[in-house]
Amino acid sequence: MLTKTPRGKNGRNGKLPHIAELPKIDTTTDTRDILAHAAKEAQQDNYFIVDVDAHVTETAFWGEVIDRMDGDVYKQMARAFKGRGPAPGLLNSTPGLLYQDVFGRIPHQQRLGEAVPGGRTHAQVTLVQRAMDSMGIDYMVVFPTPMLVLGMHPQVEMEVVIGNAFNKWLTDEILPQDPRIKAMLYLPFNHPEESLKAVEAYADNPSVIGFSVTSTRFRAVNHDSYMPLYSAIQASGKPLSFHSGFHWGDQSMQQCNRFISMHAISFVYYNIIHMTNWIMNGLPERFPKLKLIWIESGLAWIPFLMQRLDSEYMMRSSEAPLLKRRPSEYMAEMYYSSQPLERSNLDLTAATFRAMKAETQLLFSSDWPHWDFDLPNSITTLPFLDDQAKRNILGLNAARLFNLEVPEHKMVGDKKAPAAREPVTA
Amino acid sequence: MNEVAVGKLADIADGDYRIFAVDELEVGIFRSGDEVLAYENICPHAGGPICQGKIFNRVEEVLTPDKKSGGLRFGKARHIVCPWHGYEYDLTTGCHPGDPALRLTSVKVAVRDGQIYLSLPD
Repeated sequence: MLTKTPRGKNGRNGKLPHIAELPKIDTTTDTRDILAHAAKEAQQDNYFIVDVDAHVTETAFWGEVIDRMDGDVYKQMARAFKGRGPAPGLLNSTPGLLYQDVFGRIPHQQRLGEAVPGGRTHAQVTLVQRAMDSMGIDYMVVFPTPMLVLGMHPQVEMEVVIGNAFNKWLTDEILPQDPRIKAMLYLPFNHPEESLKAVEAYADNPSVIGFSVTSTRFRAVNHDSYMPLYSAIQASGKPLSFHSGFHWGDQSMQQCNRFISMHAISFVYYNIIHMTNWIMNGLPERFPKLKLIWIESGLAWIPFLMQRLDSEYMMRSSEAPLLKRRPSEYMAEMYYSSQPLERSNLDLTAATFRAMKAETQLLFSSDWPHWDFDLPNSITTLPFLDDQAKRNILGLNAARLFNLEVPEHKMVGDKKAPAAREPVTA
Repeated sequence: MNEVAVGKLADIADGDYRIFAVDELEVGIFRSGDEVLAYENICPHAGGPICQGKIFNRVEEVLTPDKKSGGLRFGKARHIVCPWHGYEYDLTTGCHPGDPALRLTSVKVAVRDGQIYLSLPD
C-alpha cells in the first residue's frame, strides 16, 4: 500500500514543481478519484485479481428491477412505494442499513452519486468498471446490497418475486455488458422449490459462475427440503456461496446497543450457525463434490469454529454419525472470501491462514463499495506470504474454482505491461 | 529541503482546509486562526486519501458520577476522517484517538507575508 508519497521528484533540477488542488471527497466524487491511491498501487503491480465479493446497488435502479417482477399485483405493490422517499418499501429492510456510512463520514457508502455518461453502457456497469480499473481487478463478482437481508422478509413470496426480478435484471442488463463482471445468482432460499428453479434457469449462463444464499435468515440449511437444490447445484459444477450480513431486528442482535457491536458480531454469527449445521448433518458427505464458499465473515472465526467443533465432535460423535473425519478437515476443504480481513495481530492472522490452508482455499474480496472494503493491498502487504501464495489468493484460486481465463500478461513471472482495456460497450 | 508556495492563507477560511498535489507529494493544509498544519494525504491504515475526508469534532461519552452513561456529545478536538474507512485522526497531534502510535505524517509548513510555504522533503 502507499505509505509515503514518492520522494525526490519535487522541484528537482531547478524545475518548478507542478501544483494541483485535489477535491474534498463527497457523494458526488468520481469513483476513480476516490480510489486514485489504489490506482497508483495497481499500476505498480501485475497481479491477476479476482474480486469474489463486490456489490451493485440494486435499489439505485429499482424501477428496472420492479419492471421484471412476475405478477401484476406485486408490480403494483412495489410501484406504490414510489414517491415515498428513496427506500424501496417492499424490501422491508432493516434500519441499520443506513448507519453504515458512520453518519456521513464515509461518503461512498452513502451514495455513489457521481456523473456517468449516458449511452449504451448501463450506469451500474460504468460504476463497476471504474472500481475494477482503479483497483486493478480482472474479474469482479457482484452481489446485491439491501437485498442481503431479504431472507428476513416475513413474506416468503416477496423473496421469490424480488429475488427472481433481481436475477433477471442482473442477467439482462448488467452481466452481458462486460465479460469481466460475474455473479453468483440470488437464491430465494426461504422457498426451496423456487431456489431449485433458479438454479435450473441459470445453470448454463456463462456469466453466472455460482449461486448464493444470503446467510441472514432463520432457516436450517440441513432441512431435507434443500437436498434437491444441493443436488442440482452440485450437478451444475458451480459453487454455492453463503453471503453473510446483519440484521438489527434479529432479537439476538438487539442486545447490542451500538451498530458497531451488532455489525462486528452478526456477519460471523450467521455463517457460524450455517456452517455448524452443514457439517454436523454430514452435508459434505452427502454432496462431496459441491463446492462451498463462505463470504464476508472475515477469517478469524474459522480456526475458532474448527477447534470448537472438533472438540465437541470427539466427545459426541454419535450425534454426527455421517461424519468420517473431524469437522475441521471438512472446513479446510471449503473456500472463504477474505474481506473483512482481520489484521490487527499478524501472528494470529498467519495462524489463521495456516489453519484454513489459505494458499489454496482463500479468495480475495473487496466488498466495494461498502464502508469496510478491502483493497488488494490487504493481501499483498502480508509479510508471511510468499509471492505465489499472494497470487493464488488474489486470483489464481478463484480462476481454478470458477474456471476463469487468466490473461496471458497476468501469468506468473510475466512482467509485460497490461494492455489498455477497451470497454465492451460505449 | 525545497520550499514551495502553494497559496495564500486568506484563501483558506478559518477552520477549513485544502489539499494540494505538489508533483507526487499530496498534502492537506489545515487552518486554525493564523496557524496552519500540514499532513501527507495518506492514511496509515490502508493508504487512503485521508486529507480529502471530512472534519468532525471528536465524539465523547459523558459519564455521570456514578458511572452511568450520560449520552454522547461533540468535544473540542477536531478530527480528520478518512473517506475510505472512517479512520479518525486528531488534527493537532495527527494521532488516532484509540492508538496514538497510528499517526499521520506531518509536513513542515510556514506562513510568511500571507503566503503558505510547504517544505518539501529531499
